[in-house]
Amino acid sequence: MANGKIRAKLKRSSLYTFGGCITPQAEDADGPHQLQGPGYSRAVFCNQPQRHQKKPYKYVSNYISTTKYNIITFLPKALFEQFRRVANVYFLLAAILSLTPVTPFSAVSMIAPLAFVVGLSMAKEALEDWRRFIQDMKVNLRKASVHKADGVFAYKPWMKIQVGDVVKVEKDQFFPADLLLLSSSYEDGICYVETMNLDGETNLKVKRSLEVTLPLDDDDSFKNFAGTVTCEDPNPNLYTFVGNLEIDRQLYPLDPTQILLRDSKLRNTTYVYGVVIFTGPDSKVMQNSTRSPSKRSRIEKQMDKIIYVLFTLLVLISIISSVGFAVKTQYQMPDWWYMPPDDKNLYNPDKANLSGFYHLITALILYGYLIPISLYVSIEVVKVLQAKFINQDLHMYDEDSGTPAQARTSNLNEELGQVDTILSDKTGTLTCNQMDFLKCSIAGTAYGLSASEVELAAAKQMAMDLDPQDHDFERNLPSNNAGFNNGRSNHSSEIELERIIRSKDENHHKPVIKGFNFEDSRIMNGNWSREPHAEVLLLFMRILAVCHTAIPELNEATGSFNYEAESPDEGAFLVAAREFGFEFCKRTQSSIFVRERHPSSKEPVEREFKLLNLLDFTSKRKRMSVIVRDEDGQIFLFCKGADSIIFDRLAKNGRMFEGATTRHLNEYGEAGLRTLALAYKKIEEADYSAWNEEFLRAKTSIGGDRESMLERISDMMEKDLILLGATAVEDKLQKGVPQCIDKLAQAGLKIWVLTGDKMETAINIGFACSLLRHGMKQICIAASAEMLSQETKEVVKENILMQITNGSQMVKLEKDPHAAFALIIDGKTLSYVLETDMKHQFLNLAVDCASVICCRVSPKQKALVTRLVKEGTGKITLAIGDGANDVGMIQEADIGVGISGVEGMQAVMASDFAIAQFRFLERLLVVHGHWCYKRIAQMICYFFYKNIAFGLTLFYFEAFTGFSGQSVYDDWYMLLFNVILTSLPVISLGVFEQDVSSEVCLQFPALYQQGPKNLFFDWYRIFGWMGNGLYSSLVIFFLNIIIFYDQAFRKGGQTADMAAVGTTMFTCIIWAVNCQIALTMSHFTWIQHFLVWGSVVTWYIFLFLYGMLSPLVSGNAFRILIEALAPAPLYWITTLLVTATCNLPYFAHLSFQRAFHPMDHHVIQEIKYYKKDEEDRIMWTRERSKARQETKIGFTARVDATIRQFKGRLQKKHHASSSPMSPV
Amino acid sequence: MPASEGSPDSSSSSRKSSKKPKYSRFSQQELPAYKPILTPQWVITVFVFIGIVFIPVGLASLSAANQVEEISERYDDKCGPQTNNTCERKITVKKKMKNPIYVYYQLDKFYQNHRRYVKSRNDLQLRQTSRGREQAGCDPISNTANPIVPCGLIAWSLFNDTYKFSVKDKDINVDKKDIAWKSDKDYKFGSQVYPKNFQKGEGGIGGGKLNESLPLSEQEDLIVWMRTAALPTFRKLYGKITVDLEVNDVVTVKIQNNYNTYKYGGQKLLVLSTTSWMGGKNHFLGRAYLTLGAISLFIAGCFIVLYIIKPRPLGDPAYLSWNRYPGGGI
Repeated sequence: MANGKIRAKLKRSSLYTFGGCITPQAEDADGPHQLQGPGYSRAVFCNQPQRHQKKPYKYVSNYISTTKYNIITFLPKALFEQFRRVANVYFLLAAILSLTPVTPFSAVSMIAPLAFVVGLSMAKEALEDWRRFIQDMKVNLRKASVHKADGVFAYKPWMKIQVGDVVKVEKDQFFPADLLLLSSSYEDGICYVETMNLDGETNLKVKRSLEVTLPLDDDDSFKNFAGTVTCEDPNPNLYTFVGNLEIDRQLYPLDPTQILLRDSKLRNTTYVYGVVIFTGPDSKVMQNSTRSPSKRSRIEKQMDKIIYVLFTLLVLISIISSVGFAVKTQYQMPDWWYMPPDDKNLYNPDKANLSGFYHLITALILYGYLIPISLYVSIEVVKVLQAKFINQDLHMYDEDSGTPAQARTSNLNEELGQVDTILSDKTGTLTCNQMDFLKCSIAGTAYGLSASEVELAAAKQMAMDLDPQDHDFERNLPSNNAGFNNGRSNHSSEIELERIIRSKDENHHKPVIKGFNFEDSRIMNGNWSREPHAEVLLLFMRILAVCHTAIPELNEATGSFNYEAESPDEGAFLVAAREFGFEFCKRTQSSIFVRERHPSSKEPVEREFKLLNLLDFTSKRKRMSVIVRDEDGQIFLFCKGADSIIFDRLAKNGRMFEGATTRHLNEYGEAGLRTLALAYKKIEEADYSAWNEEFLRAKTSIGGDRESMLERISDMMEKDLILLGATAVEDKLQKGVPQCIDKLAQAGLKIWVLTGDKMETAINIGFACSLLRHGMKQICIAASAEMLSQETKEVVKENILMQITNGSQMVKLEKDPHAAFALIIDGKTLSYVLETDMKHQFLNLAVDCASVICCRVSPKQKALVTRLVKEGTGKITLAIGDGANDVGMIQEADIGVGISGVEGMQAVMASDFAIAQFRFLERLLVVHGHWCYKRIAQMICYFFYKNIAFGLTLFYFEAFTGFSGQSVYDDWYMLLFNVILTSLPVISLGVFEQDVSSEVCLQFPALYQQGPKNLFFDWYRIFGWMGNGLYSSLVIFFLNIIIFYDQAFRKGGQTADMAAVGTTMFTCIIWAVNCQIALTMSHFTWIQHFLVWGSVVTWYIFLFLYGMLSPLVSGNAFRILIEALAPAPLYWITTLLVTATCNLPYFAHLSFQRAFHPMDHHVIQEIKYYKKDEEDRIMWTRERSKARQETKIGFTARVDATIRQFKGRLQKKHHASSSPMSPV
Repeated sequence: MPASEGSPDSSSSSRKSSKKPKYSRFSQQELPAYKPILTPQWVITVFVFIGIVFIPVGLASLSAANQVEEISERYDDKCGPQTNNTCERKITVKKKMKNPIYVYYQLDKFYQNHRRYVKSRNDLQLRQTSRGREQAGCDPISNTANPIVPCGLIAWSLFNDTYKFSVKDKDINVDKKDIAWKSDKDYKFGSQVYPKNFQKGEGGIGGGKLNESLPLSEQEDLIVWMRTAALPTFRKLYGKITVDLEVNDVVTVKIQNNYNTYKYGGQKLLVLSTTSWMGGKNHFLGRAYLTLGAISLFIAGCFIVLYIIKPRPLGDPAYLSWNRYPGGGI
């Protein structure tokens, strides 16, 4: 790689004026750090890992683990987890007590279900943890090149790396641990690091080694290298590091610029050497990660409350029972000669209170059927199956990366259906972090025909909406628009939209060249020279090719150049310049070479631009300039920067194109593009040398104000510019992001963007994905840097509070119902807001705003904001992100979604759901979330219903047995009731129920609101179901009792005994609850039919088989079906009567509800049922568009706003034409 | 993407495709499904159907109940308050009773369903001679030294009143065969198991005694008694009368009043009853069926009226929430 060598020789520091070259002086300013006392005890013996094998220098290994259990801790820990559920503890106690004489049931019938339920849950835990372990091992087994001895490097798995090891990391590799940078392939020991996984920032960071370690730049030099680092103890602070390096008894201070953090990546640098300082759990990124909290869905929490209600009921009826028992025992039992008191205390009239107490325990066990033991396990089974469906969904499978969606925990499926706020990361989530050069405006003319994704999508949407919906508008549109077209030909966003609508069917070419999606024959292929203002075009392209800090790299395969740029924008500019015929091909210490292909000459001409100065980009300056001398000796200043900054610095004669350019910039902004303005000026030789002298003096000065001096001097030069035009780069959104955001907004979800990026970038993306739009009122809350540095905390706080109050006022005073607000806040400010009680005011303001963008937020702040939203609004939040910097918020949110398929796995590992693309979120929430929510809600309600219906019959029966604790059912019936006879139908309800099909879910986003509004699991509904259970229990019990009271039930004259009554009653229960679930379902595949009716059949089969067993096993149930019940018509007639009576009220309620108060899904089901959607397409489309929430974000809202604006103008125009005097 | 990522691509491409979920209608949740909708027609049909099915069943049940003749006579008060006496009751037959006429005794306030009572038996010893020493669960009517067969409270408290019937001074035979469940006789009570040490001292004498020369399987009174009743008021079959009783026949019953219900204040009744296909005289069932049928028809009527007054065309989008409450809210 000859090319790499050349690059490596390049001293990058010369390219920088501000950032890179400051550090060397630092060591003169302050000597080695004074590291004493606690917190600074770590010592690292570089290149001597063997010294770290015993205490006190033995540190943790580089093995990381995110698992919850290991082999030893699994059993106790997992058991503990299981018995954290109150219900399980109760059943455990019941199982233990079932071994004593107080039990009303046999021990087996108590222990078996518990063991089954707990065992199943634990098996699931084990499986999930095993998956985590596998994922950890993938990371742990990554290979890194480690110095063995005598300058030999060999590959070792990451987990084997020790503190003190010297590691060689190559380009595009991750750092295996926190390293101290020793040297790099660049002579001056700098390297570029991408920290996207840590903080989400996409621009590369420069790290720089100490000068003393610079010579260690090849493998051999480590033969005899030794040094000692003393430094701070492991801590989670990503941006600080304090330590000293001791080499040859000489102390050198270390600071964060020498530290390469685990999980960041080496970019643009061939290799670096580093010493491992912090390993595994000690590394900063791992210190930053918090244990993933076990999350439980709200429905489950609410379910706990229901269980408490049922517990109360249980205790209540148990107390009633035991009081009744005590009374009976004390006053009546002495008279029951047939039941002499026993010598134990269970039935002792003399100690009735004690007997009563024992009976309380019996009763608590007996009525345990009120608490559905199988509820948890059924829910678990259902959720695992639901998760399987999520994993299996082909619509959420990403073909490109080959990753399917993955529900990493199945605890939160139903929570997906109740999300209120989505907090999204930007880079990697919304955007691909890839820039495409799309348009430009040069000399007041707009070039570039390709439409941005936003425009395309918006146009499509608009065309779709307009066709059926707004006939009135449509009729007006063409005729009036024609007028517009004639009048002003070259701009107006409406016409732009019109044009796009017309071209919507044209095939949209995929960009063949990465970073370049520009189409315009006017300037492509050298045609630019025939345009008016050809000289401006020439300059424009030269600026693109010259004004940057990138390095070219020859791609040997294609013969063209690739560019290693610091930011993707810059790369896009260079590619664009190359395509226009200005190929940047070489960079030396002092020159930039550009191959210019002029239409006049066939061969490209290589031109050299002598680089005199480079005034680099900082977020404060928002511009970058180069001062070059061209081959004619003319000195130019080329400048690119934010439009507002550039426009302020234009010369009087440089504002020729300002008007047109501004207009274009607005359009670009509206189309969601990132814009920069380009300007230049010619500098006279004398002026330059005078300025340069001053600049050099400033550059070499020592002291704190050096930077501001440099800034001031640069500022002097960068004025009186001449505007050339502007560029528009599309920060390529992930596929389908705007559509998805639009849909989600229509489903009533609020979307916040939290990004580590700069405010401008964030705002640009806001525009790109339609979270922001033109005409939205932006409330920016930011404390200026000066203020932060100079003023006291109180003043700053007050200032921020004032900004918030002003914003709130503004929102309050707004009269226009269509006005939308956007809140943009930056990280520094946010930190003030979050640590005080201002946060509630902030939250109130944020809730009022249509979109909220937080920029420059640290991972921690992301988590804090998430917590603020979660706790402040009490609604369910979903956080989505792709990098390690999102881990905090993913863990903090009610639901964390990780974007998989990109490099770092941290976000995915911390997440509850992993999807490959942001756009799958729509389906995940609107389809799966909606379904899962309804399924689980209905399932739980039904569960309580059936257990109340069953459990209370036991209680009623007690009143007839002297509260003795005898159950009317056989033990086996009861055992099977929850475990087999009624569990499968309810599982099928929980797994397969669909109120409407997935297409309808997507077409009617309003249906999603049933979840956040919690229409299916509110207390009204829960108590309704419980009431239904109570009613059923009364009907089942008393009808049976009355019918079988004293009369013969068989033709042979025999009266019914307890077994016959119990079995009949139980048959009625089985029929009643299974018919009930059939009424609850609205979607029957063969599976549901099979399971529901199969359960009923199973009961009869069981009864038959049970009756065939030895009478010693089946007791009084021996041959009960074939001998006694089945031949007795009374048995069947009773079953029919009870089943009908139980279900009739619910059926009537259901019919009434549907007939007169239909819910949305009812109506849609009917429309589908009668195929009205196919007959009346207009209605269907109209309803679909109405089903959207009124949104203020998303491109639908943007289109709406445009239409409103357009209508307004039409009206005005109408006015104008009627009164010709007024101007348009 | 950097070129270095290209190398594992080829190896992972096969993995990629294996990760792709396989299409099946099941996994995509697209199985063909029956999606019934409660249309007004359906609702009315169901209610009317219930009505027209239940009313005839109810009528049939009622008529069956009406066919059954039943005479019951409380005698504990007249024969009491001491036990071990004989008393005579005369019962007049109001309507003709065709044979077989079932004779029942009915007790109340007797907790045969009490947990302590229900458990106090041992099925093993009842069935097999070899297990005759089993006394488990029979406490306090158990004796390991001299094992009691049948042990336990249930057997011990066996009902032991006897009835002798005569009409016009002619004795009527009471058939005590086949009053127990057949399976009990055949499988639960051994034909080789004979009563042993029963009602002999342990805890005093409870109820009836057993003929020690008859195997348990033929002691049908015991078998009937051992099928514990579900409620504290219960009837148990005593025997069958196989002759018809004519109207105004006076049946004289000689009752040997042995069983002590006086201690707990319970009643004793003697019941004579015929049966129908449905069993005993059970008016409730028929009434319940009629009521439910009538309610169903009534609801059906209500729905018809409601649908006429306030019809809602099915699938009418006007009922969608966004059309009903424009401007938000569900």
